Amino acid sequence: MKNYYIGIDIGSISTKGVIIDDNSNILVSKYIWTEANPIKAVKDLLKDLKMGIPKDGQIKGIGTTGSARKLIGLMVDASIVKNEITAHAIGTLHYYPDVKTILEIGGQDSKIIIINNGIVSDYAMNTLCAAGTGAFLTSQAKRLGLSVEELGQMALSSKTPVKIAARCSVFAESDLIHKAQVGYNKEDIVAGLCRSVVINYLNNVGKGKRIEGPIVFQGGVSKNSGVVKYFKEILKQDIIVDENSHLMGAIGIALLAMQNKTSKTYDLNMIDIRFETKGFECQGCSNNCEILKIYRGQKLIDVWGNRCPKGLKEENMNI
Amino acid sequence: MGNYFIPVNYLLKHILKTEVIPSPPISSKTIELGNKYSPDFVCTPFKFTLGTILEAIENGADTIIQAGGGCRYGYYHELQEQIISDLGHNILFINLVSQGKTDLKKLYHDMKQIDSDFNFLKGLYYLYITAKMVKYMDKIDHYIRSNLGFEEKEGSFTQLQKQMLEAFSKVNNPLSLYLKYLKYKKQFKKIKTNKPLKPLKVGIIGELYTIMEPFANYELEKELAKYNIEVKRYTNVHYLLFEKKKQAQKYVKYAKEYIKYKMGADAADNIGRCKYLCEKKYDGIIHIKSSFCTPEIGAMPIISKICRYYDVPLLNFSFDTNTSEVGIKTRIEAFYDMIEMRKKYEELLHRD
Repeated sequence: MKNYYIGIDIGSISTKGVIIDDNSNILVSKYIWTEANPIKAVKDLLKDLKMGIPKDGQIKGIGTTGSARKLIGLMVDASIVKNEITAHAIGTLHYYPDVKTILEIGGQDSKIIIINNGIVSDYAMNTLCAAGTGAFLTSQAKRLGLSVEELGQMALSSKTPVKIAARCSVFAESDLIHKAQVGYNKEDIVAGLCRSVVINYLNNVGKGKRIEGPIVFQGGVSKNSGVVKYFKEILKQDIIVDENSHLMGAIGIALLAMQNKTSKTYDLNMIDIRFETKGFECQGCSNNCEILKIYRGQKLIDVWGNRCPKGLKEENMNI
Repeated sequence: MGNYFIPVNYLLKHILKTEVIPSPPISSKTIELGNKYSPDFVCTPFKFTLGTILEAIENGADTIIQAGGGCRYGYYHELQEQIISDLGHNILFINLVSQGKTDLKKLYHDMKQIDSDFNFLKGLYYLYITAKMVKYMDKIDHYIRSNLGFEEKEGSFTQLQKQMLEAFSKVNNPLSLYLKYLKYKKQFKKIKTNKPLKPLKVGIIGELYTIMEPFANYELEKELAKYNIEVKRYTNVHYLLFEKKKQAQKYVKYAKEYIKYKMGADAADNIGRCKYLCEKKYDGIIHIKSSFCTPEIGAMPIISKICRYYDVPLLNFSFDTNTSEVGIKTRIEAFYDMIEMRKKYEELLHRD
């Protein structure tokens, strides 16, 4: 029997899954949209991944990361649940042991990870603003009547990108509309958009960080060649974009699942069991904690969100 | 703010004959109320305290006592008084600190206004006991913070602390307070912990209200304790009332390569502490503040410069009334992973 490990990265926009073997080789990978339903997305994802497992293979570990890591970790009974910063660092370090800076732009989060001597020595995540993230690019592409995938190529054809106020997504959007209304052509606007993502990222997330090469750029936005171009131009350094750059978090958490072996063997048919959550507001005191009850089949397996034991009492749970 | 309502209630109960309405613990409702009637861009403690005042009025309070400090806190009283009266409440406001100074004579008159039998000497006597109480509370707090992450039985520290505060609020002279303190100190030392020889150590610095009110910092200290981290924090009420005057000047001198003069509120103190923690080889520093806190915004670039110089990881948090809790937890988890990895790497280096 051969051992395999699954890594699942459930982001706000997309859900990524990989299966690796004992030698860290990727067996299958899958990238689908989360569409605000992580439970369904992961069920679909695992259904697809299951096809790729050979007859003599067995799953010895599952790791989850990304913003829905805790929920999905509970659902698949994961052997390891880790934040996306650590997962991204582990994944990237596996392919690029000398990497010094990891730039990551995802759907909702963007982060920078500084690596020193092969370990994370500093990191930052975006706090307030979403202007430098994939979700912003997606919404603006829609406004311009384009698909996200087209943006990168289109940006490359522009010679004079328009200047867009990059501080905040609301301002950036009104600036964008204004530029379109006064007659700039689409290429230049798209290029300006890609450039504004880079500037916002460096001013916001990258502020005060020493960005040294080798630099690896990953996350969904790294597939946008326009953004990559402007990173190169502004940082004046080479930027490495791996072919699996969008999967790095999933690969990292799969590697962690491999390193933390369990004796347990996973049966992927478990995803057919009904898995549900119910939210309600606790009436126990004026805190009104938002409580989430999680059921597998008919069984209540966990309750989240309560600040005190009152939230666990049945009489406060008037749904 | 934290557990400090206990000594404050104690003081007022003993010096005034009127009924003292303890402000309810801060909850989501407090924040909602405060948010509704505050200017949007005011610093977060203003919203918290305004919410608390409104809740106290709901519970029947007709006199509000507010303090002040060396930043925007100094204007809280005036603005809150205006907002409350605009809302149609007829409330007597007593300001302990006005224009940066406490006017004892005016305070005496204010107290007389609430209670005509107010006795100045009696007031001083209980003020002394209260000050001592705060001092003992802070000392015990200090011990708890560095050991909370290592208790064998979960909740034993919190439970004993509750008992201690209960006992403190019943004393009536300085000696019995001191004896109670000694008794509980012994009991705290007896609580079994499994602290390793070299635990991960993190220092928390930042703006005073956010640092002292667990609700405002999303129980950061308890969260860190879950990861078995020893926590160090300097800011407490005893520091602010009795030590700050002397210490702040020392901090400026100590960190003279970074600052030349005080920057308002605790900014200079925090810069000094940051340097100290770095030199003491702490594994990480967490700087927290409420949104729009100007003195700390001024301190932040200097703090990150110090941390870069000493190569100590720094995590910044800026808490508002509607910060996502999940985001905070992710950052703390990643911070823990990072400092643990660094520590292991360093240990490996020293072994070779």
